[in-house]
Parts: sequence; structure tokens; C-alpha cells
Amino acid sequence: MSIFNYINEAKLPTFWCSGCGHGVIIKALADAFDQLELALNEIVVVTGIGCFGRSDDYFMTNALHTLHGRAIAYATGVKLANPELTVVALMGDGDAASIGGNHLIHAARRNLGILALCANNRNYGMTGGQYSPTSQFGDRSSTSRYGLPESSFDLSALVQAAGASFVARTTVFHYKNLVKYLKKGINKGGFAFVEVMEPCPTMYGKFNQLGSAGDMVQQIRDEVVPVSRWKPGSDKSPIGILCERDMQEYCRAYDDVIRKAGGFDGD
Amino acid sequence: MRKFISGNEAVVEGALIAGCRFFGGYPITPSSEIAGHLSTRLPQIGGKYIQMEDEIGSLAACIGASLCGEKVMTATSGPGLSLMLENVGMAIMAEVPCVIVDVQRGGPSTGLATKVGQGDVFQVRWGSHGGYPVIALAPSTIAETVEMTIEAFNLAEKYRVPVFLMTDKVIGHMREDVDLESFAGYPIINRKVAPPDGEFLPYRAENLTDVPPMSPYGGLHVVRASSTTHDQRGVPTPDPEKITFKNSRLYHKIQDKAGEICRWEADLMPGADSLVVSFGISARSGKQAVVEARASGMKVNFLKILTLWPFPEEAISEAARGVNKVVVPELNWGQVALEVERVLGADVNVIRVNKTDGTIICPEEIIQVLNDAAAS
Ligand SMILES: Cc1ncc(C[n+]2csc(CCOP(=O)(O)OP(=O)(O)O)c2C)c(N)n1
Repeated sequence: MSIFNYINEAKLPTFWCSGCGHGVIIKALADAFDQLELALNEIVVVTGIGCFGRSDDYFMTNALHTLHGRAIAYATGVKLANPELTVVALMGDGDAASIGGNHLIHAARRNLGILALCANNRNYGMTGGQYSPTSQFGDRSSTSRYGLPESSFDLSALVQAAGASFVARTTVFHYKNLVKYLKKGINKGGFAFVEVMEPCPTMYGKFNQLGSAGDMVQQIRDEVVPVSRWKPGSDKSPIGILCERDMQEYCRAYDDVIRKAGGFDGD
Repeated sequence: MRKFISGNEAVVEGALIAGCRFFGGYPITPSSEIAGHLSTRLPQIGGKYIQMEDEIGSLAACIGASLCGEKVMTATSGPGLSLMLENVGMAIMAEVPCVIVDVQRGGPSTGLATKVGQGDVFQVRWGSHGGYPVIALAPSTIAETVEMTIEAFNLAEKYRVPVFLMTDKVIGHMREDVDLESFAGYPIINRKVAPPDGEFLPYRAENLTDVPPMSPYGGLHVVRASSTTHDQRGVPTPDPEKITFKNSRLYHKIQDKAGEICRWEADLMPGADSLVVSFGISARSGKQAVVEARASGMKVNFLKILTLWPFPEEAISEAARGVNKVVVPELNWGQVALEVERVLGADVNVIRVNKTDGTIICPEEIIQVLNDAAAS
């Protein structure tokens, strides 16, 4: 068993900055694929645009490198056309929460059976550290030098409210849990959303003077609390499995449409 | 069996004959009946219909499904077309067959939701940044709409490009009788599929007009498709030579095949001194105007454009031989007229007949222009 069944070793080191969390996340995903023993041609890794949007470069699976914010919209067509595929949409917080926010909530509402993973570094890394919908009130960024006058999305809560089957939040510090949630998400058979909190030392860290990548990982760890110990009103974010429920998956529901229309006759 | 069907229904019939199995769309007048019918008809044959959250998602989903090996279509009108453009670029770059039906209405913006227009001619050609060629077809009768829809799928599959089927509010909603059985033996083209053995490259090509064979997701090969400029493996490349090859191929695989792709209908007469060129709904009025003008003794050629893009340059030059004025009726401010001027140069007087009030151009209006031109 090795992540290099899924990750192209020749491509390493990655093009991401040192201290970036993206590499940890794709390693965890490769670990999840490996532990589930998935075949390369059964997986489609769909990406948007951004630093994290380059993730597909490192995978030896099928890849669909799309447009900023559109990973889930493309994944919807792939999954509906071939429900047997394991479809994974990899998104930055810009991809998932701003430009692609509409696709995110509607795929959750449909309960499309894909894994949607958001690498949340709380800013637009690729374009130079502008604030994103997951930047916090008061945050500094290349476009909020006086402090951000907007509040942030709680993405996991949003996706849960939109109707997802499985929602988990964790951090790059909690690697084993991350792999566990990715595996659960892939096997859920419904819309699975995993939000991973991670550092962007080059941009977010610099603008907010958060110290080294190591310092940032510790801060991220200290900002969260396991959901079992979390209380409403807490200034920390809950991590763990935030929502797990059984509902009919969209492609299966569409099979019923085909059945009612008589489209399976003669098969 | 003859059926009395609308243009929008003709699109549905043509798509099903061509083998369409996936439709992703978002309702908009005057195209909505296409979505309505396909939502019922596709599941009857095991196909899929999905109503996406917007037109951006609609075309994105279609492209994703096409990469799984399905023949796909979406249908919209101007406001939705505007939203689709980023994904048109994706289909061009990733070379994904798809059919985009544009049932045109009057613009700009929300414009004339329930009235006719032909203002999207340039948008489909130049709307996606980068300026790469696409194919666009424009039927003017209901039977032609069935046929051109099949052709749209055939061309998309053959060249791995987005193909636009440009109808309009009047063609979409008017009815004519069509013999659907006459299309039973119509040639259907399916995309070339990569051989099972040997190394698979998703963008394997040697020549600038090559169209790489495809392999579906979930098939025998591992497949990469990318919006980023890529090499033959589908991997982003900074190498100017590889970039030049890819971009040149995107251009030449369509532009060099214009002769094969372009279709038109010419009705030429000896000694003609004028020519009427039009397309879509306006071509019907153009044709009638030419019949009446000839009856009154005028010598007029007629050319109906069926392939708007690539623009049928040779057909225009041929029809305009010996002619000193060309009348171009269209429901916009002169888009095809600009192309005609580009092709014919300054020697020929190109006279525009334009209308943007949501009504069609009547034959009398064209005859009036022909008469005025003859008198001056
Ligand atoms: C339509 C469109 N708008 C803007 C951009 C520019 N752009 C590229 S990446 C990006 C933000 C990326 O941020 P995120 O999704 O959080 O990923 P990260 O780079 O932080 O990994 C933006 C705005 C684009 N590529 N496409």
C-alpha cells in the first residue's frame, strides 16, 4: 500500500509554497483512495482554479481540470452520466464559497453522490492573498489592509443546511481523522462535504502576522474543538463529523425517473 | 409519418435521432419547450435530464457528461448564452463535443423575452475569450431544423468542438409539417474512440487538422481533460512549441475544414446584378422577396446561409460574381453584413436591411430596398 499508486512521484516536490497545507490534503486523499483500493480509472478528480486547483496535476487518476468555481458543476455531469464513478471535487475556499457557492449548495440539496473537499486557507492564495468568503471579520489581506468589514461563512453549516448527507470539518493537523473522513465521504453514497482548515503562510499568514507555518498550524489547532465538546456560542469551531444522515442519492433517485418513464425496458 | 411540429420540437426530434442522451439546462423563453420535452423523452430511453442552477452549470454539466462518452445538448437564449460563454471556452480548450441551441430573442440584456432577434451571430463566434473558432448552424425551416440539429451533433462529434444551433423565437415556435421518417437513414457520426491497447494520450495529434480520438471516463484508459493550455497528455505546459501546436490545431482543425463544414443554398441566375444574402428566419423573407423581384423583371441572386461559422466565404464570393449590390436582411444591426463586406471588399455595395423591434422583416421591405437600389 502506497500513496504513490495514486500520486505521481515524478511531479514532486509540489509547486506549492513551503508550509502550505494543500500537499497534506492531497496526500490524505491519496491515502484514502489507497485504503479503499480504488482503481485509477474509476476515480475522477475534478478541480477548479487556484493554488489548490492545481491538485489534479499530481494524481494519476482520471482528471478534469475545470474553471474557477465550477468543479462541482462539471462533477454533476460526470456523476449523472456515469454513477459508477468515484467523483471527487477539489476546491479552494474561493472555488467553493464565492464563485462556486451556488453549485455547492445545489449539489448538496440534490444529494449528488460525490465527495466535495474544500481546502480552506481563508484567502485567495493564487491571486495574491485577497480576502475570501471564509476570511474573518477584521482580517488583513491584500485587499483589506484596514481590516475586513465582512463576516465569514461557516461553510460546513451552510452545506449541512443545504441538505448534504455527510459533513465533516477537520484541519491539516488532524491527519488521521482527515483520511478517515475522506474515506467515509467517498463511501457515503450521497453528497459528502469535507472542510479542511489549513495555513497559507505566504499570504494569509503574512498579512495577519501569524508567524511561521508551524505557528499557524498550532493556531488552527487551538481554534477548533471536537464537536462532542463544542457548545453553541463557543468562539471555537467544531471539528469532526458534523452531520451524517441517510437519504436517497440523486442518481439513484433519477433511476426511479427512468424506471417510471419506461427507460429501463428492454435492458 | 408527417408531423406538424414546432422548431423547438424539431430540435428535440433531431437530437434524439442523433443519439443525444444527456441534457443539462436552465429554462428561458423562447427555448424552454426543448427542456420540457427532453425531460420527458430522455428518461424514456435511459437518457438523463438535469435542470441545473444556472446556465453556467448547465453547460458545465453537459461537458462533464460528454467526457463520460454521452452525446450532450443544452438549449438557451441570449441571457443564458451570455452566462455559458466561459464553458464554451472550456469545451473549445478541452475539445469536448457538445451542442448548444440558441433560440435567439431580441436584445440587449433581458431585451425582448418573447420576441424575435438574430443578434447573437458574433457572440457565438467571438464571445469566448481567446477568439477560437466554433461551428454555428442556422436553419430556416422546421425540416431543416431537424436536419441541422443532427448535423450539429455530427460536427461536434467529428471535430470535438462546441457546435451552436442558432434558431430564433419565430422558428422555435412556428409549426410546419415534417416527415420524421425521412431522417431514418440519416448518417450519424460518433466520436472516434481510442484503440484499447498502447499508450493513450487524450490529445494525441500529429497534424494541425487532427482531431484526437477520445476515451470516456470509466473506460479502459485514464483520461485527463483540462482548461489550462496543455500538451498531448493533457498536462499544463509552459513550452512555447507545444502551446503553439495546441492552439494552432484548435484553429486549423475547424478553419481548414470550412470547405467540408460549410453549407448553404444558392439560387443563382444568369446576368444577375444584385444578390440577397440571409439566414434563419430572415432568409425566408429574403427568398420570397427574390421570387417577387424576379417576377417583376429584376435579375437577383439568392443565397441562404446554413453554416454561419465558419463563414461560407467561397459561397458568398461565388453568388456575388458580377453583382454590384448585395442586400443583407437580418434582425440585428448588421452582423452578417459585416462578414459579407469583409469577404467581398469595397467594390460591392452591401446594403443592410436591419430590424430590432421584435418583428420579422417582411418580403416587401426587402423588395423596396432592391427597388430603391435599382433606381439609384
Ligand atoms: C472566472 C475567474 N475569475 C477569477 C479568476 C482568478 N482566480 C484564480 S484563482 C482565484 C482564487 C483562488 O482562491 P481559492 O479558491 O481559495 O484557492 P487557493 O488559491 O487559495 O488555493 C482567483 C480569484 C479566475 N481564474 N477565473
